[in-house]
Amino acid sequence: MPLKDEKPRLFLEEFRVKNAPNDYGMADEKWSFKKFTKKFRIVIVRMDNFEMEFDLIGIQPAFANAFRRLMLSEVPSMAIEKVMIRNNTSIIQDEVLAHRLGLIPLKADPRLFEYRPEDATAGTEFDTLEFTMKVKCTVNKSQPKDSYRAEDLYENHSVYSSQMKWQPMGNQASVHKEADIGPVHPDILVSKMRPGHELDLSLVAVKGIGKDHAKFSPVATASYRLLPEVTLTREVRGSEATLLQSCFAPGVIGIDSEGRAYVRDARYDTCSRNVYRYDEIKDAVVLSRVRDHFIFNVESVGALQPNVIFVEAVKILRDKCKSFLDELNKFN
Amino acid sequence: MGEINKKQNDWDSAKVSREPIKTLEDKWKLVPSFLQVKGLVKQHIDSFNYFINVEIKKIVQANEKVFCDADPLFYIKYLNAYVGTPDLEEGYNVTKPTTPHECRLRDMTYSAPITVDIEYIRGNQRVIKNKQLIGRMPLMLRSSNCVLTNKSDFELAQLNECPHDPGGYFIIRGQEKVILIQEQLSRNRMIVDEFKGAIQCQVTSSTHEKKTRTNVIVKNGKYVLRHNALSDDIPIAVAFKAMGICSDQEIMQLIGTDDTSMKKMAPCIMDCHNLKIFTQNQALSYIGSKLKVKRFQSGTAKVRTPVDEARDLLATTILAHVTVENYNFYVKAIYLAIMVKRVIEAETNKAAIDDPDYYGNKRLELAGSLLALMFEDLFKRFNWELKSIADKIIPKVKAAPFDVVKHMRPDLIANGLFAAISTGNWTIKRFKMERHGVTQVLSRLSYISALGMMTRVNSQFEKTRKVSGPRSLQPSQWGMLCPSDTPEGEACGLVKNLALMTHITTECSEEPIARLARNAGVEDVRLLGGEEINHPAVYMVFLNGNILGVSRQYKRLIKVFRMFRRRGLISAFVSIYPNHNQRTVYICSDGGRLCRPYIIVEKGNPLVQQSHINELNRGIRKFQDFLNDGLIEYLDVNEENDSHIATVEQEVDPYVTTHLEIEPFTILGVCAGLVPYPHHNQSPRNTYQCAMGKQAMGTIGYNQKNRIDTLMYNLVYPQCPMVKTRTIELTNFDKLPAGQNATVAVMSYSGYDIEDALILNRASIDRGYGRCLIYKSAKTTMKRYSNQTSDRILGPSRDATTGKVIRAHEILDTDGIAAPGEMVENRQVLINKQMPPATLNPVTQGQPQQVDYKDVPVTYKGPVESYIEKVMVSSNSEDAFLIKILLRQTRVPEIGDKFSSRHGQKGVTGLIVQQEDMPFNDRGICPDMIMNPHGFPSRMTVGKTIELLAGKAGLVEGKFHYGTAFGGSKVRDVCQELEKHGYNYHGKDIFYSGITGETLEAYIYSGPVYYQKLKHMVQDKMHARARGPRAVLTRQPTEGRSRDGGLRLGEMERDCLIGYGASMLLMERLMLASDAFSADICGACGRLASRAWCHACHSSAAVSSVEMPYACKLLFQELASMNIIPKLTLKKYC
Repeated sequence: MPLKDEKPRLFLEEFRVKNAPNDYGMADEKWSFKKFTKKFRIVIVRMDNFEMEFDLIGIQPAFANAFRRLMLSEVPSMAIEKVMIRNNTSIIQDEVLAHRLGLIPLKADPRLFEYRPEDATAGTEFDTLEFTMKVKCTVNKSQPKDSYRAEDLYENHSVYSSQMKWQPMGNQASVHKEADIGPVHPDILVSKMRPGHELDLSLVAVKGIGKDHAKFSPVATASYRLLPEVTLTREVRGSEATLLQSCFAPGVIGIDSEGRAYVRDARYDTCSRNVYRYDEIKDAVVLSRVRDHFIFNVESVGALQPNVIFVEAVKILRDKCKSFLDELNKFN
Repeated sequence: MGEINKKQNDWDSAKVSREPIKTLEDKWKLVPSFLQVKGLVKQHIDSFNYFINVEIKKIVQANEKVFCDADPLFYIKYLNAYVGTPDLEEGYNVTKPTTPHECRLRDMTYSAPITVDIEYIRGNQRVIKNKQLIGRMPLMLRSSNCVLTNKSDFELAQLNECPHDPGGYFIIRGQEKVILIQEQLSRNRMIVDEFKGAIQCQVTSSTHEKKTRTNVIVKNGKYVLRHNALSDDIPIAVAFKAMGICSDQEIMQLIGTDDTSMKKMAPCIMDCHNLKIFTQNQALSYIGSKLKVKRFQSGTAKVRTPVDEARDLLATTILAHVTVENYNFYVKAIYLAIMVKRVIEAETNKAAIDDPDYYGNKRLELAGSLLALMFEDLFKRFNWELKSIADKIIPKVKAAPFDVVKHMRPDLIANGLFAAISTGNWTIKRFKMERHGVTQVLSRLSYISALGMMTRVNSQFEKTRKVSGPRSLQPSQWGMLCPSDTPEGEACGLVKNLALMTHITTECSEEPIARLARNAGVEDVRLLGGEEINHPAVYMVFLNGNILGVSRQYKRLIKVFRMFRRRGLISAFVSIYPNHNQRTVYICSDGGRLCRPYIIVEKGNPLVQQSHINELNRGIRKFQDFLNDGLIEYLDVNEENDSHIATVEQEVDPYVTTHLEIEPFTILGVCAGLVPYPHHNQSPRNTYQCAMGKQAMGTIGYNQKNRIDTLMYNLVYPQCPMVKTRTIELTNFDKLPAGQNATVAVMSYSGYDIEDALILNRASIDRGYGRCLIYKSAKTTMKRYSNQTSDRILGPSRDATTGKVIRAHEILDTDGIAAPGEMVENRQVLINKQMPPATLNPVTQGQPQQVDYKDVPVTYKGPVESYIEKVMVSSNSEDAFLIKILLRQTRVPEIGDKFSSRHGQKGVTGLIVQQEDMPFNDRGICPDMIMNPHGFPSRMTVGKTIELLAGKAGLVEGKFHYGTAFGGSKVRDVCQELEKHGYNYHGKDIFYSGITGETLEAYIYSGPVYYQKLKHMVQDKMHARARGPRAVLTRQPTEGRSRDGGLRLGEMERDCLIGYGASMLLMERLMLASDAFSADICGACGRLASRAWCHACHSSAAVSSVEMPYACKLLFQELASMNIIPKLTLKKYC
């Protein structure tokens, strides 16, 4: 299918994904820095504290994937690693409780901390955050009459993440602000309790990476997709046009005043390929994706801003390359 | 003619103008309504309730009087019997009400006292004593006397009981025991079958007193009567004459005067003539001469003539269920004639042979009837014991008059019942009954396994016989027994499970039914001659296998009965059906018949209308109302075969249809009901899932945290399946689930997924997927011994030099029992118990003696540490201290753990992959699990692919889809939902490789599938050994993982090594690594020498040591011990 520009493409056929003919993949291309800088672009489409969408254009999938992988598994973050249980009379088991606490996202900038050395027995103020959680469920003395709701009958019948209390170590209180340390979300349910149940825990958070445990991953997920493209090969009008429109995500196909379908914006198409179900319009479209246009979506768990996470990932890749080159140079 | 044509036209036009019957909406809601009243285990509970409330009184009444040989005036008369409410005996005459959970925890028996009101003679007074304890009855949970019945969920919670627990089992010494439903051929029915080519008609008569089997068989072309009490077969004509039918004409009239019967009977009549038997007396004395000699003739009984004996035998033993009054054998003779008639019919017409596997000929025996048998036996023994005590004591002269109440030991009946239930051995000598494995321990692996056990039906058929008949699926099982749920292997087809709506009848009184039948025109046979009885216009009527009479208008009779039943004037479980070949009508009111409810259809219209269903929805109509209004009725297997039942409304034919199925999915049982879209699967896959659902871990009940079971598997985060079925909701599986919804991508990955292996996502595991808790318990009792000593528990011991607690005792509290919350490692002590030596001199009583206690600690064994969840200290029924410790492990899925979907597709984890290496799709979703597509083509589990689609659509739509059998969400609708949300219609998404980052060439079928974690985990199976224990006798390594055994190099492996020629490796494996032994052999005589000295040659000159397997040396010695001397010839070889 000859398309006008030079963009490398993947064609979404009915039963498989196919490269354009004469496209042998970018692995074979000779890489030149000049060409790369000319082509490479980053466009930030959308960003807030938790989520960012941006495009990497003109880059090889290996790089894009490397950033994705690094964000998932090697960009560090802080998470509760050790739970000292002084008392747990709730029905939740110690291990399960510890596991649940570990998965609570913490807002603490991991860049301000160091990894705890493997042989260290106790943490220092540079590598550890300490919290305590002391909750006791009691009967609500001022309970309203005729209410049988748990929240009226008992005090502290649900333990939430907000009930963690930061215990600054050493100089930490002056270095970090109280608001910067603690759980990202105050309303994560940790356990349910009944009168007589009590939790007395001290929680130790350390810096770690997602490779060791998913709880250290700074992102909920980080992934990319290729830019979708829809090309109409013939005129589609009337009822066929509305049918065509319904086969794509809303906003992908527009219908002009004369009832002709046109591609409005294929970017947010879900690539469901449902158009292939209708023989009458099957031939009217070519579905493809631009192979070097990566639409990244980074969902931060909240400790770091998503743009920071990406930059951290890039730094890690840089450091890795550097140390690899250093290793190579040693042999020369 | 014209008239007929017109009528025909009318009918045709009626047919044309008829509107199709509208499908009733929400008809399935009848099923929960049914289960609300009947429950899933109602059969058990109903049967037990009948036993403790009705039958026990009947049994006591049947054996109400006990006399004594020593005193003719003495008697005991039972006036009434009661079963009380559950309690525990705390010391002498002190009882305390109890709960099932207390019994479970304290290893007690959940039982209630059996009390009787008696009237007896003390001295020469008549005394009445009420509420005399005679025994204890184990109580079935949720039966009428159980504390759990009619309790709200909140009250149940206070009793530490799960509201979803079905009940229906017993608790004997802390163990939950189920009396399985036993399947057997029905009693008191004629069954014609072919045995070794000969046709025979067999009747197993069963009354309260006797159980006998009577046969009419063909022998050398003649009909003979065969019975166990007779040493020889009796010619049939002789039998008739012995019953007082002396004229040959009368005999023939009873059997039938058609040509074939006459021809076939002629030799029999001849035979009788040849034997010169013409009168009843002659016949009786002939039978008397064939009586089996009884070995234990009671000496005192009056000696009777053979004629009397034979008459008695005929009256009470042969065809025992046909009652004979005043030696009037006429009815019994008719019965016998019918048997002969059946045989004659079967000889010419093979179709008349009955199918013994047909479910109409089967009865299911439930806990109630089994316990009734056992109780009657024990009660008789109890009375016999009282009698012999009275016999012994009354003649003696005593100060106080003999009071029999003081000699009533409640232990006999209590222990008898407890032992029977706890061992499962049902031995009743009176009936020569010996059955094993009647009870089983209730499996609490998962909620479904417990529920599945309650619906299990055990067949009496031997498991080893290789006959396909009893094992194959019987068409008459339809709707009664689940077609999918049966084990594989030896018990295949013999162990079955009840379907969802099956009900098992309990017996109801015959008398009103007999009266009704007479009023409906059934004439007494005693007033009729053979000719009238066998008249072709007349149908014979049987009630529970006994002749009730004959009817000239059988159709009317049947109609009347059905009408009465629908009106509720007779029990809903009475069935009536004709057999046109035999020209009989059978009425059944006995217990153990399988039946299920159907909607009645009249003139092509189901009586249940939409308005009724709406009323049901509004809660103003219950299932019982449908029965009362005659909209729904129960049909048993036999009557079902006389009905025309439409599966769905569209099938209703106004001219023939009599009933309409309530819901087709109810033909499946509890376990098969978990499978979504089972009608799309290859049938064995559903069967596999039925077996696997019982091994899935999840939740076992709301009270699981209060239980201390020997083994319990729980999931940390169980989930309700995305694709539910109606059965799942009906059985509350959605509230007590066993599995998790995993996002599955169907693709190949890495090669670690061959042979059904699964790939798991590391991050999913980190976030809690497949995490499970394993509870084990350790237990000990502190016994008290007769010599004033008892076991004791000591605090932790300390190291003598350092003063520190020794490692093994580190986790002990000061009381010597491990502290809750501690981590236990291998070989650490849980309870530091000590025991006094067994032989202690009891003479030195009084002062405390110095005793050397022996350490008998309860230790923890296991490669992985556990945590102590809780400790229970209590006392058991023997008043000894009972200590139970609950240990807990949390396990995370690892390579080798077994998972299974609900479609019989099991697999082990082959690889755990980091999240970044997993493929991901446009939306950033990466699967929890990757499954190889090769699992589909050969297994044909289309249901699983639909489950995935429906699950995915459910996710995007935010609702649960249904995969109910023969219904459920349609693929078309489900796919349209996907399309609506921008997903591919076929459920296939674009994925990117997590490793290269490039798009995968194929579209990947992905979505959520409900996966079960099965109890088989590598951690419990891993085993390796370098050195270790050896068996004492052979000095070879022990066998099995539990004994840290070696891995066997078996015969076939040995063959390989021989074939390859690796002789040194063979030597090393078979001898050096096993039981190498250096034996001393005397070179001179070739015998074994001991300690370099040959005892035969009295020299050590030629003794040399030879390396051989110890087993070889052992063989030589064993041979020598039986006078075979193996000799070795030694040669220098280097």
